[in-house]
Amino acid sequence: MVEAILSLRRFVRRLLARVDAPLMLALAAVMAVSLLVQASAGEHPLRAVLAQGARFVLGSVALVLIANTSPANLRAWTPWVYGFTLALMPLVFLFGSGRSANLWLDLGVFYLQPGELLKLSVPMMLAWYLSRQALPPSWRTLAVSAAIVGLPVALIVKQPDFGTGMLVLASGGFALFLAGLQWRRIAFFAATAAAAIPIGYQFLMPYQKDRINVFLNPESAPQGAGWNIIQSKIAIGSGGLTGKGWGESTQANLDFLPEHTTDFAFSVFSEEWGWLGVLAIFLIYFFIIARALWMAMNAKDAYSRLLAGALALTFFIYILVNAGMVAGFLPVVGVPMPLISYGGTSAVSLLAGFGLVMSAYSHRKYLAG
Amino acid sequence: MAAPIKNPSFEAELFRRRALVALLAAAAALALLAVGYFRLQVLQFDEYRRQADSNRVKLRPTMPARGLIYDRDGVLLADNVSAYRLELIPEQVEDVDATLARIGKLITLSPDDLRRFKRARDNSRRFLPITVKLRLNEDEVARFSINRFRFPGVEVVPYLTRRYAYGDLFAHVIGYVARLDEADLKAMGDERYSVLTHTGKTGIERAYEEKLRGTIGYEAVETNARGRSLGVLNRHLSEAGTDLRLSLDMDLQQATVEAFGERTGSAVAVDPRTGEVLAMVSLPAFDTNLFVNGISTVDYRALSTDPSQPLFNRNVRGGTPPGSTIKPFVALAGLESGLRKPEDTIYSSGEFFIPGQRRGYRDSHRGGHGMVDLYSSIAESVNTYYYKLAMDMGIEKFDYYMRRYGFGQPTGIDLVGEVSGILPTPEWKRRRFKQPWYLGETVIAGIGQGYWVVTPLQLAQGTASLANGGRRIPLRLVKQTRTGLNAPWQALPAPAWSSIGATPEQLQAIRTGMEATMHTRRGTGWSIAAGAPYRIAGKTGTVQKISRKGSVSMDPRSLPLHLRHQALFIGYAPAEDPRIAVVVVVEHGGYGASSAGPIARRMMDAYLLKPEPKPVPAAAPEPRDG
Repeated sequence: MVEAILSLRRFVRRLLARVDAPLMLALAAVMAVSLLVQASAGEHPLRAVLAQGARFVLGSVALVLIANTSPANLRAWTPWVYGFTLALMPLVFLFGSGRSANLWLDLGVFYLQPGELLKLSVPMMLAWYLSRQALPPSWRTLAVSAAIVGLPVALIVKQPDFGTGMLVLASGGFALFLAGLQWRRIAFFAATAAAAIPIGYQFLMPYQKDRINVFLNPESAPQGAGWNIIQSKIAIGSGGLTGKGWGESTQANLDFLPEHTTDFAFSVFSEEWGWLGVLAIFLIYFFIIARALWMAMNAKDAYSRLLAGALALTFFIYILVNAGMVAGFLPVVGVPMPLISYGGTSAVSLLAGFGLVMSAYSHRKYLAG
Repeated sequence: MAAPIKNPSFEAELFRRRALVALLAAAAALALLAVGYFRLQVLQFDEYRRQADSNRVKLRPTMPARGLIYDRDGVLLADNVSAYRLELIPEQVEDVDATLARIGKLITLSPDDLRRFKRARDNSRRFLPITVKLRLNEDEVARFSINRFRFPGVEVVPYLTRRYAYGDLFAHVIGYVARLDEADLKAMGDERYSVLTHTGKTGIERAYEEKLRGTIGYEAVETNARGRSLGVLNRHLSEAGTDLRLSLDMDLQQATVEAFGERTGSAVAVDPRTGEVLAMVSLPAFDTNLFVNGISTVDYRALSTDPSQPLFNRNVRGGTPPGSTIKPFVALAGLESGLRKPEDTIYSSGEFFIPGQRRGYRDSHRGGHGMVDLYSSIAESVNTYYYKLAMDMGIEKFDYYMRRYGFGQPTGIDLVGEVSGILPTPEWKRRRFKQPWYLGETVIAGIGQGYWVVTPLQLAQGTASLANGGRRIPLRLVKQTRTGLNAPWQALPAPAWSSIGATPEQLQAIRTGMEATMHTRRGTGWSIAAGAPYRIAGKTGTVQKISRKGSVSMDPRSLPLHLRHQALFIGYAPAEDPRIAVVVVVEHGGYGASSAGPIARRMMDAYLLKPEPKPVPAAAPEPRDG
C-alpha cells in the first residue's frame, strides 16, 4: 500500500518534472484571473467558473501529458495529426452547428471546434516541414509552406471564422519568420499583402465588411459591432487607474456590454481592475511570451524550436488583437483573450500548445524516461 | 529529392536572432497597448465614467394610469389595459428609413403607421422617442424581441391603452382618447407630457382631460442595454388620474339606442331636479375603440364621408328648428309678459293673416281649431295662437324671454365645443344676411320655424326648467369623482342655477297644457302616453325643411342634415313629481307624435319603471400603479 502510494508519487513527480515551473506559474496566474472575471461577469457565476475551471484542468492535463512526450515522437506523428485535423474541417460544413457561423462539431459530450485544433496542427506541420529544409527557406520551400498553411486557412475563413483563420495564418508566418525568411522577402510579401487588401475586401462576408467599416468610422454605426466597441470603450475607460473593484462592472452587470464573458471579457477585467490591473496582466503575458521564446531558443532541434517559437508568438497575437479590439484600436475580430475569455476548445488548445513548448524545452538533454 | 545541406548551428543562431527581434517587437506592441489603455483609463477617465453612469441610470418619466369612467350605477365604461408599442429614438438610429424597412420585415407597418411616424418625426426633437406602431400583437412583440440587438434605438415599450367597454353606446358622450400630437403637446405647454402618448380628443375624455390624466412621475432606473429596468434607484410616483362617475344610466342609454332602431337623430334625458344628464345619444354612432391606437385611413374615410355623419355630435354641435316644441316656452313668455292669461281665447280659422298682408299662415288642421285657450293651444298645437302671440309680443320681447329660457346660448354642459344655436333676432339677421327684419319672421318664430336653431341640450335644459319650477340648471355629465380605488366618491359641487323668472302659477299653467297634450283625447301626444302607469307632460313637434312636392323622388337619407325633416318631442314624467325630462329628435322622422314620441315614452319607461336600484358592483379594473 505504502509502496503503491510512493510509486504513484514518484510517477507524478516524474511527470511534473517536465513542466516548466515559471511558465506554469504565469499561466496559472492568468487562469486565476480568468476565473475571477468569469465569476464577476457571468450570468451564472458558479456554473461559469466550474466550467472554465474544468477546461483548465483538462487543458493542464493535456499540457502535462504533451510536455512528457518527446519531440521526436511528436515530430513523427505530426503529418498524421495535421491530416486528421484537416479532415475534420469538411465535417463542420456538413454537420456543424453554431449561432452565427458553423464552427462547432457536436460530439455528444462536448462541442469540438476543429479550427482550434488547426491552431496547433498547422504550426506543427510547418515546423515539421521547415525542419527538413535548408534555411533560410527557398522560394520552393515557401511555396510548399504556403500550401500547408493556405489550405486550412481557406477552409477556416470559409466557415466563416475570420479570427481563427488569421491566427493560423499568423502562426505560419511566424514559423517562416523564425526560420529566417529573408527581410527583403518579408518586405516583398508585406507590400503584396497591402496591395491585395482592396481585392481581398471584396471576398469578405458582409458582416466582416461591416466590422471594418465600423472600425474605420466608429461613430458611423452605433449598431452591431459599433455598439459593442462603444460600450467596451466605456467599460474600459470608466475603470480608471485602479478600477471599480471586483464584481462592480456596471457595463457587464447591466448588460450594456455584449459578449462580456467571451470576446469582451478583457473589457470587464479592465473595468474592474483599472489600468494597474491591465498593466499587471500585460506583464504576466509578456513574461509568458518571453519565457516561451527563451525555451524555444534552447530547444534541441529545429522542429521543436520553430514550433515553440511560432506558438509563443501566436499567443502574443491573441493578446494584441483582442486587447486592441476591445479598446477600439483594431477592427473587431472574433479572437478571444487567451485563457481569460470563456471558451472550451480555445483554453484547452492554448494549454496543449504550451505543453508542446515545454516538451521542446524539457527534452533538450534527453532526460531519462 | 536532393536534400539541401543543413547547417544546424547557423540555423539555431538565425532563430535566436529572429526570436529576439520578435520579442522586442512584442514588448514594443504591448507597451503601445499599455499606453493606449492609459489614455482611455486615466486621461479620458472622466468622460468615460460619465458615459458609464448615464448608461447605468436613466431618468424615466412614468406614465400615470388614466382615470376610469363609470356610469351612475358603477358600470365600468372606460378603463386601461396593458399593451405594447414600438418606439424609435431618431438620435440613436443611423438610418431611420432603412431601419423602418428592416422593422417592416418583422412587424407589419401600414402606410398609416409610416405616415404618422413621418409626421411625428418632422415635429419632434431628435432625442425623444417616436411611436412607430401602437398595440403590437404578441407575435410582433416576440419577433422583435429576439431581434432586439439589431435595432439599437428601437424599443418595445409597455403602456396602458384605453378600452371602451361600450364604445358604440357612449361614442359621443365619453368620446375617445387618441395619439397625442404636436398641437396637443403645445396646448399642454410642457414637453414632459409627451410620455403620455394619448390625450382625450372628444367627449368626457377631452372635457375632463386634466382630471383623467393624472400626474407624471419620475424614476431613476438602472437599466440594461435592452431597456429592461433592473431596479429603481429612486422614484417620484406618478399619480393615477381621477376616476369619474357619470350621471348617465347605462340601461336608459341602451334603451334609447334600441328605441331608435335604424333611425338617426339624437336624444337627451336629464334629471330636472339636478341637471344631471341621464342619457345622451347621437345616432348613428361609431366604435370609439377604433380611434385609440390610430384609426386606419379606410375606416376614417368611411366614417367621415357617411352622409349620416356618425362622427357628428348632434346634441352638442348640432341643432334644429324647434318647431312646435317651442310653443310651451312661447306660451310662458305670453303669461310672463302679461299679454295672455291662461283662459284667454283666440279663434283659429285654419289660416292666420297679418293685417294688411295677403300671405296666410296655416294651422295644422285645415278647418282650424275653433276657440282655443292656452291649455288647448299647447295640447292641440294650435299655430294661430302662437302666430298672434308672437306678433303681439314683438321680436325684441320674444327674444328677451327666449334667451331667459336658455335659447341662443350654451347650456354649460361639461363638454367641449357646445354651440349656441340660433335665436332669431333682427340683429342676428342683420349680421348674417345684412337685411332688415320682417314681421312675418316674427310670426313664424312663434311656432319655432324660420331662422331658429336649438340644440337638443337647450331643449332638454328648457324642459327641465319647466318641470323643476323654473330653475335653469347647467347640465352635468359627471356626478362624482374619486382619486383612487380606495378613495371615497366625492360629489362635484352642484352647479349654480339661475331662475328663468316665471312664477309657479305661470309654470303650472304650462305644465297643465303639456299634460293635456299627453292625456286628453285631442292632445297630440294621446297615443304616446296611452297605457302609461304614470302621467307625462310633453309636446310634439315637426319640422319640414323641404316641401314634399319638391322632394318626392329624393332619398331623404342622402340629404344634408340641415335639410332633413325632423320629428321632435319634449316632455317629462311623472308629471306631478318630475324625475326625468326627455328630448328626442328623429331625422326624417315623419311627425313628432308618431316618431319621436314613442322613443321618449320608451326612455321614460326604462327609467321610471326600472325594477330597483342596482347594487354598485365592485369594480375590478387594471392595476393602477403608474
